[in-house]
Amino acid sequence: MADYNTMELMICTAARELEDGASIVVGTGAPNAAAMLAQKAHSPNLVILFEAGGAAPLIPEMPISVGDSRTTWKALMASGMCEIMETCCRGMIDYTFLGGAQIDMYGNLNSTRIGPDHQKPKVRFPGSGGANDLASFCWRMLVMTPQDSKRFAEKCQFVTSPGWLTGGDSRAKSGLPRGAGPYKIITNMAVMDFEPESKRMRIIAVNPGYSEKDVQANCGFELLKAKQIVENKPPTARELSILRDEIDPYRYVIGR
Amino acid sequence: MESIEQGIGKIFTDPDPDNARAFFRTKSRKLESKVMSVKEAVEKFVHDGDYLTLGGFGANRVPIAVAHEIVRQGRKKMGFAGHTSTHDFQILCAGEVFNRVDVAYIVGLEARGLSPNARRYMESGKVEVSEWTNYSLSVRFKAAAAGVSFYPARNMMGTDTFKYSGAKIIECPFTGTRYVAQPALYPDVSAIHVHEADIYGNCRARGITVSDFDVARASKRLIITCERLIANDEIRRDPSYTVIPYWCVDAVCEVPYGSYPGNMYAEYFSDEEHIREWMKTEEDPVEFKKFLEKNIYSCKDHFEYIEKNGGINKLLKLRDKEFMFVKARD
Repeated sequence: MADYNTMELMICTAARELEDGASIVVGTGAPNAAAMLAQKAHSPNLVILFEAGGAAPLIPEMPISVGDSRTTWKALMASGMCEIMETCCRGMIDYTFLGGAQIDMYGNLNSTRIGPDHQKPKVRFPGSGGANDLASFCWRMLVMTPQDSKRFAEKCQFVTSPGWLTGGDSRAKSGLPRGAGPYKIITNMAVMDFEPESKRMRIIAVNPGYSEKDVQANCGFELLKAKQIVENKPPTARELSILRDEIDPYRYVIGR
Repeated sequence: MESIEQGIGKIFTDPDPDNARAFFRTKSRKLESKVMSVKEAVEKFVHDGDYLTLGGFGANRVPIAVAHEIVRQGRKKMGFAGHTSTHDFQILCAGEVFNRVDVAYIVGLEARGLSPNARRYMESGKVEVSEWTNYSLSVRFKAAAAGVSFYPARNMMGTDTFKYSGAKIIECPFTGTRYVAQPALYPDVSAIHVHEADIYGNCRARGITVSDFDVARASKRLIITCERLIANDEIRRDPSYTVIPYWCVDAVCEVPYGSYPGNMYAEYFSDEEHIREWMKTEEDPVEFKKFLEKNIYSCKDHFEYIEKNGGINKLLKLRDKEFMFVKARD
């Protein structure tokens, strides 16, 4: 078994979720690395799109911006924000990766602010960007994030992007497109999904070296547990060599 | 039509389509040269208190020369569309140019991290905000470009982003589906950087378009900066390449490397070293003041700024990097 770090493990775990022939809108950083790895390792027909307009590029190196020239390198189309978001809203995009400063038990995300005063926040973050749109429209939302009990919060101080809202059928009732929503949460310790009825976050797999206890100890709310919790497979030598040699040779992401 | 729910955020611009039509009725349709310097264009078309939009995507095909000039001329109390804004937002924060923002994406520079100075400004309480999303602002421009007062979209519902927006939820008269009605956004003035334009303002752009074609049509006044002026004959030779027609445009400024230090598709890559310097210097307000003096206030124009940061040698490296030539690796 090859040596690997937790970022490499998260990227490899995330990449395995992306099957051949699926479509995904990604951002920069780790999600981009996961999509590129999936495309090179096992899903050559994965369609990768960027919210600023880049569609199906042959990404030569990791972009710094979702609008930079790498997102249209040998692409099939250089389009715009509406083209990409409309494709999502029409129901043609399977996956997206999002993140945030806080995530709650229903997969709602905060990337807007910390502190109670909206006009004078303690910490101001970027806001939605395209995140709320992608969380609303793409069939399956994935989150890749380090796990700690501050980030996995009982309640988001601001719900920027929708998860399952307040659980149960609250998302379906809200008016958001039916059938779309959070799918899996991939952390350095575990993989979680959402229990189908309550829509609460549930542990389905733990990473090598971690127990269910560790995962719960690093979470600000009570996690549900699947009947059978499996151990996640470590990255293979092939995955690691693609990731290290072809995708991130300068270790911008995997060096973090 | 009654709304089911509505946000508490302010709408900073008038979405009324007849008021907009009354303005556009007065806008010139004359085919005449609009060539001028960036300094003249900002003096003439950007006023204190105006609502401003900048085209491109943060640090990609952005009208940097106009952003610097707005700061240099000391414009204040403006409104701003924080739509996909990154380095452009950082520049306007440095000049404390605006006091109200429609937020979709602000403060951050994507993979590069958050701007310390933009954060300070947005956490100071000096700026009034309404929350939106990138797509929301895109369709608000789209509605304005189409001359209608709102556009329906299926985002934002159930979230605080909706709660702090100025949007309303309505029901479709055909299907009963719920939509967020996003009010048309007609900016007072916008600036867009393109690859090529003729002296009248007919524009060609390559690469991603973001929301620029709608922004151009939605704006009451529009400043175009271009990498190159081209002959009107060239526009007429093949009009299929024209993406913004001259009647939307008020000023045409030829600014080669006008997106520097941002990226320009098929021209030059972003100057990451210089953007890192911005981010780093912002950590110390005293140092940052000196940095702004050097890079904006004491500069005559965009070329002096580029000269101070490596000039033609730097630009050649960024050209190599854009095309991924091997020698750009070092």
